[in-house]
Amino acid sequence: MSTTVATGALKKRTPVRPARVLLHVFLAGAALAWLAPLLWALYAAMRPYGETSEKGYVSWPDKLSFDNFTNAFTQSEMTHYFVNTLIIAVPAVLLTLFLSSMVAFYVSRFDFRVNLFLLLVFTAGNLLPQQVIITPLYRLYLLIDLPGITMSGKLYDSALGLVLIHVAFQSGFCAFVLSNYMRSLPHELTEAALVDGASVWRLYWQIVLPLCKPAMAALATLLSIWIYNDFFWALVLISTGENMPITSALNNLSGQYFTDPNLVAAGALLTAIPTLVVYFALQRQFVSGLTLGANKG
Amino acid sequence: MTTSPTKSPEAPAPPPGSTPAAAKAATKVPQGHKRLLTPRDRLTLGLMAGLPTFLHVALVWVTALASILLAFTTWDGIGFDSIKWVGLHNFSELFTNNPQFWPAVEHNIVWFVVLILIPTPLGLFLAVQLDKQIRFSRVYQTAFFLPVVMSLAVIGFVWQLIYNPDTGLINSIIGANEPGRYIDWIGDPDLNLWAILIAASWRHTGYMMILYLAGLKSVDPSLREASALDGANEWQTFKNVIFPTLRPTNTVVLVVTIIEALRAFDLVFVFNKGAEGTELLSILVTNNIIGESSRIGYGSAIAVVLLVISLAVIIPYLIATFRKERRA
Repeated sequence: MSTTVATGALKKRTPVRPARVLLHVFLAGAALAWLAPLLWALYAAMRPYGETSEKGYVSWPDKLSFDNFTNAFTQSEMTHYFVNTLIIAVPAVLLTLFLSSMVAFYVSRFDFRVNLFLLLVFTAGNLLPQQVIITPLYRLYLLIDLPGITMSGKLYDSALGLVLIHVAFQSGFCAFVLSNYMRSLPHELTEAALVDGASVWRLYWQIVLPLCKPAMAALATLLSIWIYNDFFWALVLISTGENMPITSALNNLSGQYFTDPNLVAAGALLTAIPTLVVYFALQRQFVSGLTLGANKG
Repeated sequence: MTTSPTKSPEAPAPPPGSTPAAAKAATKVPQGHKRLLTPRDRLTLGLMAGLPTFLHVALVWVTALASILLAFTTWDGIGFDSIKWVGLHNFSELFTNNPQFWPAVEHNIVWFVVLILIPTPLGLFLAVQLDKQIRFSRVYQTAFFLPVVMSLAVIGFVWQLIYNPDTGLINSIIGANEPGRYIDWIGDPDLNLWAILIAASWRHTGYMMILYLAGLKSVDPSLREASALDGANEWQTFKNVIFPTLRPTNTVVLVVTIIEALRAFDLVFVFNKGAEGTELLSILVTNNIIGESSRIGYGSAIAVVLLVISLAVIIPYLIATFRKERRA
């Protein structure tokens, strides 16, 4: 589709260059091929199970509908799992940005000697595979008793536990990006305020932080998607299926509720929708965040 | 490196008033604002730096250290009394007596080799094409990048619709979905790793494309013009002029790809839980926690192998990065 539009538009502007047309044909073809798995999932999700089991999946549809989507959504009470994710992701994103901006503020403004070492520790920790720390972490979470604070009475199997590990793990990356950003702010700015008797906290909260909005927005977008997409932490650190965030719950749901592949496809696509919405709405932030700290694994 | 906000065109614009002169002034005062601080300010600062560091170190580095210590013990997880020092026993058991260990190491290596040989150059190729100021560049970019935004768990489910031996797209098309003619893309140990790697490459290509696009945008356009004036064709320009200037991006890409290969987990777990043919180090560690047999010391020994490989990549890379930034 895009090819015809592309060549048509090109004709109006400049004489057609065969190389350009070929490039557009190639790119449109490749882009379509890239979307094909998703389109196939969408196609399967829109067909009734009865029809596909009778005619096979590679067949012309008699009926296309969103029934599978509504069924997947209601049968498995997906709302519940979306709320679980929200309970984990919102505090985790806010807390990560808050804590990492404080570290970044400190290393970029005050102590240039520990700066390097601290950043090294934070960034290296963020690059480790999660499985390196999971065994002791799992034991630690089982050991920590929090009666009355979490539903499980422990850090294990609680939203709090997931928030903490997300914050600890992701703050490395954010501290690195934010400290680079803050170092580009003029030194005189904060120096003058200090001479005028402003407290360090005011310096951070009222002067430096507002100037970091673009970087914070990019990081918030990136973090939201990463934390939403997390599969591993919840898989190991949550034992009750009911407490799982949506991405990890999908694995259980596909066995329990989603009995046919069409329903599984619908469930998987429903899970992807929030990330896609965030991505389309904030594409610029997402991409700039990713390339801003390209050292992220 | 695209980490410096002032250099990268993709990065948010630096706030007004940020000038090179200001940055220079900052480096001249190595003590920062310290001399102006009141005791209360010092306390605030200590908390600001200390609290996040404590959380990060406690949950990431102390646990990593605990992994190393536990790797030399056996423990049933009930009470600290039952921790027994066994020296290198877990490791010798792992290296000589575990039928899954060496295949897992091999699969992690294969994972890296495939990612660096196929989707990485493909991502670079797409980035070069999309960097030519063509129309609809953003539309194409969005399509290629879409898989990177989705969770690997969702990607696993989407690709199962393609690989499922009974109902999947491939077998339906080639007619291999009848008994007797089955091609089991997910179960067959000779096929499943490659099937999963296609899905992983599908995602990795978009990621690499975005990293290279950012790198290409920071290439000085006059280099290209000079090369064109010298009569170099497109390929010669790329090979001799553009690619060498992409060196910082290549380093990032290499590290990201190694880390991705070591981190690979979600996709495999969703596909077949790491059954025969798709064992990975990450899967073996996890199976020792949530599997039927919880072998803490043994699982930690596998984690240590993973840790050593990771740090061997991470530390030199970060030291080089930070050293460069300090000079800059």
